[in-house]
Amino acid sequence: MDRSIAIRADGVSKRFAVHTRKATSLKERLVARRHADERPFYALTDVTLAIEAGHTVGLIGANGSGKSTLLKVLAGILRPTTGTVDARGRIASLLELGAGFNGELSGRENVYLNASLLGLTRRETDRLFDSIVDFAELGESIDNPVKHYSSGMYVRLGFAVAVHVDPDILLVDEVLAVGDEAFARKCLGQISQFQTEGRTILFVSHALDLVETICDRGVVLDHGSVIYDGDPAYATGTLRGLLGTDRNPADDAGTPGLTIGGITVAGEAGEPARDEFVGGDPMAVRIVLDVREDVVGSCHELAAVVMGAGGLPVWVMRVTPDGGLPRLPGRWTVDFVTECPPVHGGFRIAVRVADAAGTTIGAAQGGQTFWVRTGKQGGLVDVPFQVKAEGVEW
Amino acid sequence: MALTEIAEDRARTQTRVRWELLRNLIRKDLKVKYQGSALGFLWSLANPLLLLVVYTFVFQLVLRSGIPAFGFYLLSGLLVWNAFAGAVGAATGAVVGNAGLVKKVRFPLVVLPLTPVGFTAVHFLLQLLVLVVVMLATGYTHLLSPHLLLAVPALGVAMLFTVALCFLVSALNVRYRDTQHIVEIALMAGFWINPIVYSVALVREHLHGGWLYDLYYLNPMAGVVTAMQSALYGQNPTLPGGQGALADPGYLFYLERLGIGGLISGALLLLGMRVYARLSADFAEEL
Repeated sequence: MDRSIAIRADGVSKRFAVHTRKATSLKERLVARRHADERPFYALTDVTLAIEAGHTVGLIGANGSGKSTLLKVLAGILRPTTGTVDARGRIASLLELGAGFNGELSGRENVYLNASLLGLTRRETDRLFDSIVDFAELGESIDNPVKHYSSGMYVRLGFAVAVHVDPDILLVDEVLAVGDEAFARKCLGQISQFQTEGRTILFVSHALDLVETICDRGVVLDHGSVIYDGDPAYATGTLRGLLGTDRNPADDAGTPGLTIGGITVAGEAGEPARDEFVGGDPMAVRIVLDVREDVVGSCHELAAVVMGAGGLPVWVMRVTPDGGLPRLPGRWTVDFVTECPPVHGGFRIAVRVADAAGTTIGAAQGGQTFWVRTGKQGGLVDVPFQVKAEGVEW
Repeated sequence: MALTEIAEDRARTQTRVRWELLRNLIRKDLKVKYQGSALGFLWSLANPLLLLVVYTFVFQLVLRSGIPAFGFYLLSGLLVWNAFAGAVGAATGAVVGNAGLVKKVRFPLVVLPLTPVGFTAVHFLLQLLVLVVVMLATGYTHLLSPHLLLAVPALGVAMLFTVALCFLVSALNVRYRDTQHIVEIALMAGFWINPIVYSVALVREHLHGGWLYDLYYLNPMAGVVTAMQSALYGQNPTLPGGQGALADPGYLFYLERLGIGGLISGALLLLGMRVYARLSADFAEEL
């Protein structure tokens, strides 16, 4: 294995036997014969993923896309049906905070028990104990039975133990969503400390904004396969497109007299659609709509809204009858010709037709996400700048 | 440090971590069991003492088994049987009962069936201590003979057999939940098959001491129980039928049976560990 790779999955598939009736008893197995009512279900299909040491990777996907299964396979909890998993270094998996805590025991006893489950010796735990209690902000409560803890105290203690295991690779499954904001901030602080220490983090989350912020790579799973692997902003854009959460259902409302037939993003007006642009490229957005005679009079404005991550409107292009919008019933073809702005990310287009009072009378969304890449500076927007710097010798 | 030394050092650390984990889990089970009870540990000592009184009354005065100091005879075999049965019974649910842990945390799964073994071993040793103290306090001097040394190989075989079965049943119960019912019935049957509440002389008499009697000892616990009776009970009174209450007055008989039992247990242990290793890879999936 390449030295720079911390954890690697190679052609990993995971098949689960789905029992239509749960047949776990001997009699049922004998009576039902072999596999008679088993229907194989592939939670993962041929997943290949190599994560370099020191990277933070966000693993995203819809519910049931195989994220947790992949995490468990990487953590060594589940055995892959085919394929191999290699890891270099100590893995800590945070699949559930405080898994293995016993309510009857005190926090102190649970810390020792949990730490030894995660692979620490007693001496190591002795050394880390104060720091763990400190991190969990438990103070005197550490000697109370865990069953009397609030859920916040519980997850703080679970997280505190897990991060003190000193992992080289941290696998995190949606555990940051459980506590309050202060806890979430603390966890994120710990994660960014791990990042600066060069540890490898694989992070499963439904908080897509968080993935965009803290990850340097995004992997999208869909029905057990990796469908995108790369820039986190593109990854979340892909997932949003998949989930349809970049659409606002209210936007599809309208009047029967007006049908938006097509939205195409291309380099030049009339060219076939294109889905990748570099900031500064010529860009043409073509909107085709059918307008019946009874609504023609009320068509006061057509707006094309270019939306980025989370449905955020990034820029809007409008046209009114005075600006050239046709006044005749029939099929309209409207081209907005522009230059692609240097804004990094994945975008979709929403079209809205409004009457003079501003009420929406027709709306639709473009089906295809298009990507805009910017220059090499990084960041959301590429802003031209000049540099002037000088040094004075001491 | 050379690379091989580092690897060895790491392996040693890993082994130490496993033993510490096992110790912590046993300690947890003990703590949880006695949490909140005022007398705590004393309860598990009271249990055999109560048995001593009840069984002495029933078998010596009511049923007249003909075995003198019947309570001591009984406990000599019963304590080790109870430890065995308790460990195997608890091990059956050891993996299934920790489903939450198995599915969420990667840790050496091998500790799960061993935890009930350690837990019952602690109880057994304390109960044994109480029995010995009571025997000495009541002036039961038969205990103090070289026969007492038989307890060492007997407990060794008992431990081996227990661990072997614990591996087997804990793993099998994940896939086939019938295991727990089979184990329950088998342990119940085992209690009566082994000469615990009666003398092995009855078995010998019925099987005429021939090859069937040898077959009887293929059950390792028969050797363990009779050896413990020789070790602790220590006397060989003549029963009304003219036979001695113990299996044999000497040593060799027990050592032979324990040797066979040890071999059988060893083979079972290898089998159990293989089965456990194979099935444990899919525990997280099957639970």
